[in-house]
Amino acid sequence: MEKLTNRSVAVDRSPMTFGEKIYLPAILKGLSITVGHIFKKKVTVKYPEEKRPFSPVFRGLHVLNRDEEGRERCTACGLCALACPAEAITMEGAERKPEEKHLYREEKYAAKYEINMLRCIFCGYCEEACPKDAIYLSETLMPTHYSRKTMIYKKEDLLIPHPKKQAGQ
Amino acid sequence: MLLLQIDIAFIIEKVILATVILLGSLGIAMYATWGERKVAAIMQDRIGPNRAGPLGLLQPLADGAKLFFKEEIIPDGSTRTLFILGPALAMLTATMTSAVIPWGPDYVTESGRVISLQVADINIGILFIFGVVSLGVYGIMLGGWASNNKFSLLSSIRAAAQAVSYELALGISLVALLMMTGSLSLREIVAQQHGFWADGYFTWNFFKQPLGFLVFLVCTFAELNRAPFDMAECESELNMGYHQEYSSMKLGFYLFAEYINMFISSVVIATLFFGGYNFPFMDEVLAGTGQLVFAIICILVLLTKAIAFILFFMFIRWTLPRFRYDQLMKLGWRSLIPLALFNMLVTGLVILYVLN
Repeated sequence: MEKLTNRSVAVDRSPMTFGEKIYLPAILKGLSITVGHIFKKKVTVKYPEEKRPFSPVFRGLHVLNRDEEGRERCTACGLCALACPAEAITMEGAERKPEEKHLYREEKYAAKYEINMLRCIFCGYCEEACPKDAIYLSETLMPTHYSRKTMIYKKEDLLIPHPKKQAGQ
Repeated sequence: MLLLQIDIAFIIEKVILATVILLGSLGIAMYATWGERKVAAIMQDRIGPNRAGPLGLLQPLADGAKLFFKEEIIPDGSTRTLFILGPALAMLTATMTSAVIPWGPDYVTESGRVISLQVADINIGILFIFGVVSLGVYGIMLGGWASNNKFSLLSSIRAAAQAVSYELALGISLVALLMMTGSLSLREIVAQQHGFWADGYFTWNFFKQPLGFLVFLVCTFAELNRAPFDMAECESELNMGYHQEYSSMKLGFYLFAEYINMFISSVVIATLFFGGYNFPFMDEVLAGTGQLVFAIICILVLLTKAIAFILFFMFIRWTLPRFRYDQLMKLGWRSLIPLALFNMLVTGLVILYVLN
């Protein structure tokens, strides 16, 4: 048969020598290796107390952004839903009323904005597709839930807190 | 009432001692499970249990509680009585051996009463230990057989064959030791190893019987059914071995009995070969401190030796792969028994021609 790599080594099936048969040298060698590992650095991270930093491109839970005055940036253009390969995003647009100027940045806003976190694959395409810088993937890990219903995140769950209101409360 | 004619204080004292030793060996066995997991973790560059209590010290309690609350299943096809008797016997034999071990020197009170730190000083102490340890095989045998499961039966047959084979070498290696000590009483054997150095040579039996010690140690591994000789369990081949059908605290008893056995075996090895509670310069220490402090130091010395052996057992377990069954039998019958016989022969010759 043709050799696939040049790394193959023939198995040594010669009978054991006396030195091998008494096992003790091999046992001592093995023990020296395992005992040596006592003094090695532990690779385990004690997770909740001690966290490893995320990579700079980490993609976690989504947030819907607000501008400096606390107005929602999203205009319900639907590009994120279109870009989403998992079809996790659903939205409904609505027209802004004059008295709602302090709530929404542009004339159109998302009345309903839902992400089904069971479908979401955290690819980050929504973030890339958004022309208004409204959706971002944060560094928060996805929490777990007990039911499918609560896995569908509503706009209230996704919106970041109001910058002024939060300071007031 | 003949019973009352022997000193009532004697009975109380022995009951207290037996209780303390029983609870102590249970406690040490409990923490041996914790230690095993820690040692395994450390050798694999992990941290090990650290959630329950500081350093995970409450882990054994959590494990015990978990086992208690597990559902107890007795298979339909099993022989009910034997199925229950199995773990009971394993636990019973594991705890029984501690009775003849001298845990410390005699303590003489002011009124001249001698309190012995040994539950029973029977003059055939070693034979008692081996009798009881051999009974321990019945625990495994009954458990595997009564489960009415092919894997369990195979594993218990293997375990029994292994235990019988290695007991031979164990016994013969011990005969050489007994030829030197001339006594079967553990108390006497320990007394002969007084101190560390006397008459220009070490007093501990290890230095008189190094080969015997080696054979004894290897056979102890086999008797304990521990890696590298854990033929009885062998998760990968017989998916759990003799306790496959066991659940809840019955399984707990089996696992626990193994750790008690480990502790007792460590104590026995320390007593037979490493001077029991004796330590270097013990006479000077006795003169320097009171009798009570000395007794406590002696007990601690014995426990330290035992714990060192427990750690050694664990190191070996996480170092060596398991022996194949035929390799195991070959090692037992073709290496260890001739070695033990040779050792016995040499010891006999030395006693006859050199020491006389």
